[in-house]
Amino acid sequence: MNIPPAYVLTLSGILFALGIIGVLIRRNAIVIFMSIELMLNSANLALIASARMFGPAVEALRGHVFVFFVIAVAAAEVAVGLALIVAIFRSKESIDVDEVSSLRG
Amino acid sequence: MTIDLVLFLGLTLIAVAAAIAMIVSRNAIYSALFLVLNFLTVATLYLLLNAAFIAIVQITVYAGAIMVLFLFVIMLLGTERESIGGGIRWQMPVAIVLGLGLAGELAYILMRNDIAQGPLADLSAEFGSPASIGRVLFSEYIVPFEVTSILLLVAMIGAIVITRMQRRENK
Repeated sequence: MNIPPAYVLTLSGILFALGIIGVLIRRNAIVIFMSIELMLNSANLALIASARMFGPAVEALRGHVFVFFVIAVAAAEVAVGLALIVAIFRSKESIDVDEVSSLRG
Repeated sequence: MTIDLVLFLGLTLIAVAAAIAMIVSRNAIYSALFLVLNFLTVATLYLLLNAAFIAIVQITVYAGAIMVLFLFVIMLLGTERESIGGGIRWQMPVAIVLGLGLAGELAYILMRNDIAQGPLADLSAEFGSPASIGRVLFSEYIVPFEVTSILLLVAMIGAIVITRMQRRENK
């Protein structure tokens, strides 16, 4: 594909902002979590676009390796995060983030 | 307008529409399925950006494993519907205005980025193939790679401990 990488970077910026909007306006903890995944994914897209931009140099492959690590960390994060959501649901009978305010005192 | 640009604009449209649909749909299952669509679209973009290995990892790990885990938890808890109303009244309009402001500024800055205007160099098919990634991963990044395996092990143990502890308290 031979389009300016700036376009792909712009798409990743827009997806990142949409993820932030999702975190801010939703109250279902699982949907908030999915919005965080969307943001991680948009950062990955920016890394891949940068790797393409710095082209045939073999150092550019570090962008791909970094994305690989981000995906591995995201998998670990999802496992722990969903376990936490299940634990919260068991004690509160709800995963609405407004209900989880026990620490307010 | 080249065929590449048409392809890219179509994929952009699908990705952004799927992301917006994920945020606004009231049913969490629909949100998860729209997110899968978004991940598949981004995987296609990876293929177009000479990142074949990452595209396949994206489909198997993200769109496959992670989203199945999400759907499983949504269906296990039975909380796909969200209660409407309540919460802070001004939160949603403020969040939308600030988020769209951030999107506009990011788009403006990234579009005007000087070094990212192209034209792009032609790459060989070798770039981004599993073999080339593996060479970098297992020579230069061997220590972070091993640390990742420990991280995944710890996450697995953590998930088990968090869910088991709760069950013992209930008894």
